[in-house]
Amino acid sequence: MTRLTPSTKSVALHIGVVLALLALNFLLPEYHRGVFARVLVLAVFAMGYNLAFGYTGLLSLGHAMFFAAGLYGAGLTIYHLEWSVWPAFGAGLAAGVVVALVVGFLALRTTGVAFMIVTLMFAQVFYLMTLYFTTYTRGEEGLVLPQETRVLGFPGGMLDLSDPSTRYLVALSLFAIVLAAILFLVRAPYGRSLIAIRENEERMRMLGYNVFVNKLMAVVLSGLFCAASGAAYAVLFGYVGSGFAAIQYSILPLLWVLVGGAAATLGPLIGTLFMFYVIDTASSYTTAHLMVVGLVLIGVILFFPKGIIGTVRERWLPWLP
Amino acid sequence: MSENRKSLINLNGGLTRRSALKGLGAAAGLVAAPGFVRYGQAQSSEPIKVGFQCHRTGIGAAYGRWYERVTTAAAKRINDAGGINGRPLEIIIEDDGTDPKRGAEVVEKFANQHKVDLVYGTLFSHVVVGSAPAAGELKIPYYVVSEGYHVASGKMNRYCVQPGITDVKAQARSVAPWIADNLGKKVTLVYPDYAFGHDHRDFFTPAIEAQGGQVVAKVPIPPTETSFTRYFPQIPRDTDVIYHVMVGPAVLTFVKEMGEFFGSGGPQLFGFIDSLEAVDISSPGLEFLEGSHFWEGMPRYAQPDQPDYVTAYREAVGIDQNGASANDAKDVSTAAHMFGCWETLNIIKASMEACDYKGPDDRAAMIEATEAMTEMEAGPDHPQGKKLFNGKIHQVFGEQNISQVKKGKLEVVHRTSIEDGAYEPEADYTAMSF
Repeated sequence: MTRLTPSTKSVALHIGVVLALLALNFLLPEYHRGVFARVLVLAVFAMGYNLAFGYTGLLSLGHAMFFAAGLYGAGLTIYHLEWSVWPAFGAGLAAGVVVALVVGFLALRTTGVAFMIVTLMFAQVFYLMTLYFTTYTRGEEGLVLPQETRVLGFPGGMLDLSDPSTRYLVALSLFAIVLAAILFLVRAPYGRSLIAIRENEERMRMLGYNVFVNKLMAVVLSGLFCAASGAAYAVLFGYVGSGFAAIQYSILPLLWVLVGGAAATLGPLIGTLFMFYVIDTASSYTTAHLMVVGLVLIGVILFFPKGIIGTVRERWLPWLP
Repeated sequence: MSENRKSLINLNGGLTRRSALKGLGAAAGLVAAPGFVRYGQAQSSEPIKVGFQCHRTGIGAAYGRWYERVTTAAAKRINDAGGINGRPLEIIIEDDGTDPKRGAEVVEKFANQHKVDLVYGTLFSHVVVGSAPAAGELKIPYYVVSEGYHVASGKMNRYCVQPGITDVKAQARSVAPWIADNLGKKVTLVYPDYAFGHDHRDFFTPAIEAQGGQVVAKVPIPPTETSFTRYFPQIPRDTDVIYHVMVGPAVLTFVKEMGEFFGSGGPQLFGFIDSLEAVDISSPGLEFLEGSHFWEGMPRYAQPDQPDYVTAYREAVGIDQNGASANDAKDVSTAAHMFGCWETLNIIKASMEACDYKGPDDRAAMIEATEAMTEMEAGPDHPQGKKLFNGKIHQVFGEQNISQVKKGKLEVVHRTSIEDGAYEPEADYTAMSF
């Protein structure tokens, strides 16, 4: 009997995770199916963040702007221009890429703490713009995308994105595509170069790599995935508001990635899911649920210092990507 | 390494008493968790479950605390009087964190896990707007106590109703005639530069112009601002009245700096009490407000001529003569808004009784019963005052109070009419399908 190579095991695991998530659509109680749909969309946001932070070592505090660029790119074109879902989703992706390209080009002239502050400032500008242009965005109050506009057209028919099962399957499809893309990326030479940049930027420069271009590509790809998550959130859940551009939504993906495991492909999913259920469960029992969340996080840091998947990889499954 | 091996042996090798207890505890916790509880079909003797979407944490926590107290008091009164259709009313509370994303999740949790009959209680506009799509998709009635124009705008859906508190458009229109007649016709608006402030700007401006007045300057304050002195020179010297609707933690600084800038010779001041809900008017730095006027949905301070049903309401919700908690004089209430919870729960009761509500199959009938409502007389069910409900836009209209700060307390000096705040409906929910 031949032993499976780490590469085969890794691919099999990821396919298994996607199949298990597919099965959950039919097994989960209604409420939890809705939760998973939302978590899958937000896990894409966290995966995008993980590409920049976990793999490339770019600690950004501005990723809410990429998520919100996708959210508004899709939401505003549906609300004001009456675009259908496909082109609106494309507009969301394009908005994310453009914002990431511009912000990345400027912010990557800095490193470390300065990069953190510059991305934070750009995100704050983006957030304030969503408040300032109330006429179009309704600012912090936000906009509801009417249910009849949230329909995905196919040659063979239409999919109602407000239907719970459809929503789950669309969220899972997006998650699976981005998971596969990330898995491919981090195993490809380009992904290796990002990890090498994270480990020793100067050495990569000395070896002849264009570090700036590589990092810019990472930011743009990260922005693309985050925007995909934002655009999907708009069309699947029907709400677009400034709250998603606020600092809180720059910190959340960092938290999800740290809890799940930075530079681990499945870390963002586990982190997002874990944090959701900690808050959801604790708030059902006590009004002081934030204290419980804090204690749980301390516990995670003590026992899983590299995040849940990161620690599992370190202790038991070194082949995990 | 040996420690790792030891723990593995324990895990694989056998079940210790400690691990068995841990497992049992975890299993018990899982079973007790709301998500895994199986609720039976609603029977006629079972309680009517109302999911209360509460701002327990986040920026709306002060409001949430008082909304919860009023809700508890109103539910107790309804239950003491026999419940709804003979069934007890049960309030199930979930914290929405004053966050629109969590708000939508909470609506889903109420509908799919707690299996409530309806969702109720939300105040902050962004939580209402964020949650409305979920309520519409789940076809669950969503009775909000928010005062935003969002429901009346027709942009929500047939399941969203605001029957217990007036909206900002009506409030701004209501106070305009009195301001023009009593304080002056040249008004400068000072408002936060986001949707809440923009609503006041856009609704008050035509209202004061209709009274022969004019807005002589508009001074938007960026939401991140913490110091305001540099904005005051933008206020024209011929301003009669400053209309201010600042909210948030910086409001105390705003008032203090305004006092330092104008001294005793400045224009008249008219504000919305939203700025100072849950804040003691006699706090240090607020002396400058003496003599100024505020809009109040319902008076914070007990008024000498208040009817008995208002006294009974204040006792039931636990506020003293100064509008603070009867148990803690420093815990000031959100009196101008929280009455909406009391009135909304009574409207929910009336709607359910009107349609002989039996269970979730009657949700649409319940909405239709609310839509059919028109006049609501002032009394124990509506202590804030008489109301007129417009079923087309799912929005109630009512009288407003204009109060003056006298000796550090708010005294009602004028009560507007329902007609002062009336406006033409811009939508018709009754034409929408369920």
